[in-house]
Amino acid sequence: MAGTVALSVAATSITRTRATTEPALVRWTLIGVVLVFLGLFLAVPLAAVFSEALGKGVAAYFAAFREPDALAAIRLTLLTAAIAVPVNLLFGVAAAWAIAKFEFVGKNLLITLIDLPFSVSPVVSGLIYVLLFGLQGWLGPWLAEHDIKIIFAVPGIVLATIFVTFPFVARELIPLMQAQGTEEEEAARVLGAGGWQTFWRVTLPNIKWGLLYGVILCNARAMGEFGAVSVVSGHVRGLTNTVPLHVEILYNEYNSTAAFAVASLLALLALVTLAAKSVVEWKAQGRFGAGKRTAAEGKVR
Amino acid sequence: MALSLKQRSVLPGFGLTMGFTLLYLSLIVLIPLSATFLKTAAMSWGQFWSTVTEPRALASYRLSFGASLIGAAINMVFGMLAAWVLVRYSFPGKRVVDAMVDLPFALPTAVAGITLTAVFARNGWIGSYLEPRGIKVAFTPLGVVVALTFIGLPFVVRTVQPVLQDLDAEIEEAAASLGASRWQTVTRVILPALLPALLTGFALAFARAVGEYGSVIFISGNMPMRTEITPLLIVTKLEQYDYAGATAIGVVMLVMSFALLFIINLLQWWSRRRYA
Repeated sequence: MAGTVALSVAATSITRTRATTEPALVRWTLIGVVLVFLGLFLAVPLAAVFSEALGKGVAAYFAAFREPDALAAIRLTLLTAAIAVPVNLLFGVAAAWAIAKFEFVGKNLLITLIDLPFSVSPVVSGLIYVLLFGLQGWLGPWLAEHDIKIIFAVPGIVLATIFVTFPFVARELIPLMQAQGTEEEEAARVLGAGGWQTFWRVTLPNIKWGLLYGVILCNARAMGEFGAVSVVSGHVRGLTNTVPLHVEILYNEYNSTAAFAVASLLALLALVTLAAKSVVEWKAQGRFGAGKRTAAEGKVR
Repeated sequence: MALSLKQRSVLPGFGLTMGFTLLYLSLIVLIPLSATFLKTAAMSWGQFWSTVTEPRALASYRLSFGASLIGAAINMVFGMLAAWVLVRYSFPGKRVVDAMVDLPFALPTAVAGITLTAVFARNGWIGSYLEPRGIKVAFTPLGVVVALTFIGLPFVVRTVQPVLQDLDAEIEEAAASLGASRWQTVTRVILPALLPALLTGFALAFARAVGEYGSVIFISGNMPMRTEITPLLIVTKLEQYDYAGATAIGVVMLVMSFALLFIINLLQWWSRRRYA
């Protein structure tokens, strides 16, 4: 349930008369209340990350990134995202193709099952892999016999990350491809295009912004996941610590400046994600203007 | 397989994509989840029941559900206001504010956790105003509420926003021309139309908050019986190698999430019918 929100659509501008809007005083009071609330809950914590990180000067800030453990954590996070995102991208496209382009029994159940990882607590997401691959788990003894380590090692971290980012691309593409229908692909087929040709030349150009949107969200979660990864990682410094786990270790060691310095990296990632998301929404507006109601529905999902 | 239950189509690739989808879904999601339920079958019912109803577990449910309810309720009120302001009014910086609403989705939870703790601690930007007035936030249940409010903030805004955008201006004009005051139009015409979306957003925010871990554990202080959330209890049990206990409580959380998912699906079905 780590919400994602489907591409949003431009606000419809309706000219409102006095009867259908509020007096200026009410308007500005409401705007003020909302800005104060969002300021306290969003802007202040975000600013605090950078303020705490730079509190002891620029030198202390950059020192945090020269630690070998920090570099190892950054490498592991990049590796994890580099595996989890493409795999879930492939799955998302395949699932959306099967669900949006064909009619079959049990479609709604399948969509619900694909969304399942979002409703599972991150801690439980990690737990299920511990119970499957850990020493006490179903496959644990067999894995130990063959000297394969999954839990408290990199494969477990990658698996847990794949689980928590599982639905991102699929749930972006399914409503989008359902709204686009099958006529264009059918026309391509009738004109003699092969299956792959149809996909690359007709479908992909139609879904590229939705795809990119899903990938951006998937990547942000893959790099930032904490709970699930924390359960399967075992916290071996330099080996199985991702960037969020490294932040936790530094913080618990009362090394606050370094913790916030590394955290500021993740906060920057979040800001880049939000900016990229806005750009994609803006780029996609022309494309999705027509399927507005569907996009709005996708949003509620 | 499903092939016989599917309508004919000229498009290729159903077998391949459906096969891959089902295989991947089974391997990553369905088999691990079922294995967890099977694992509890190794416990007797009495063992299971006494584990999930021990006082420490009950205290953690109370905190997790109570704080999530309060957080989701706060978000319902302010999320509704934020959606209203973002859709209906224009003010400088609106696009930036709109984009920033998604920050809790984009900011890794561990970062949210440490920065909220810093802000609400005794010497923090907000904490230093609140503590002299006797309001302690960090390391109290109130801190849990703050973290869960942060984490659920985008849900109500993003579910109400599109519905509000699509709401026809004519029904408001009709209400006004029939003599309704603006307040009556808002409470009697607009709010009922937004109700399914509002409740969906509330349920989504609540469901997210119940399972939340990263942003809470830093600000809560993690005192057993007092500020320990249920996901943390699972982690604690795992660290003590109490796999059976962790699994039992994990299953309770899974059943809760599935129940919430079911309710959310019902709510969305209701909204789709309402707004179609």
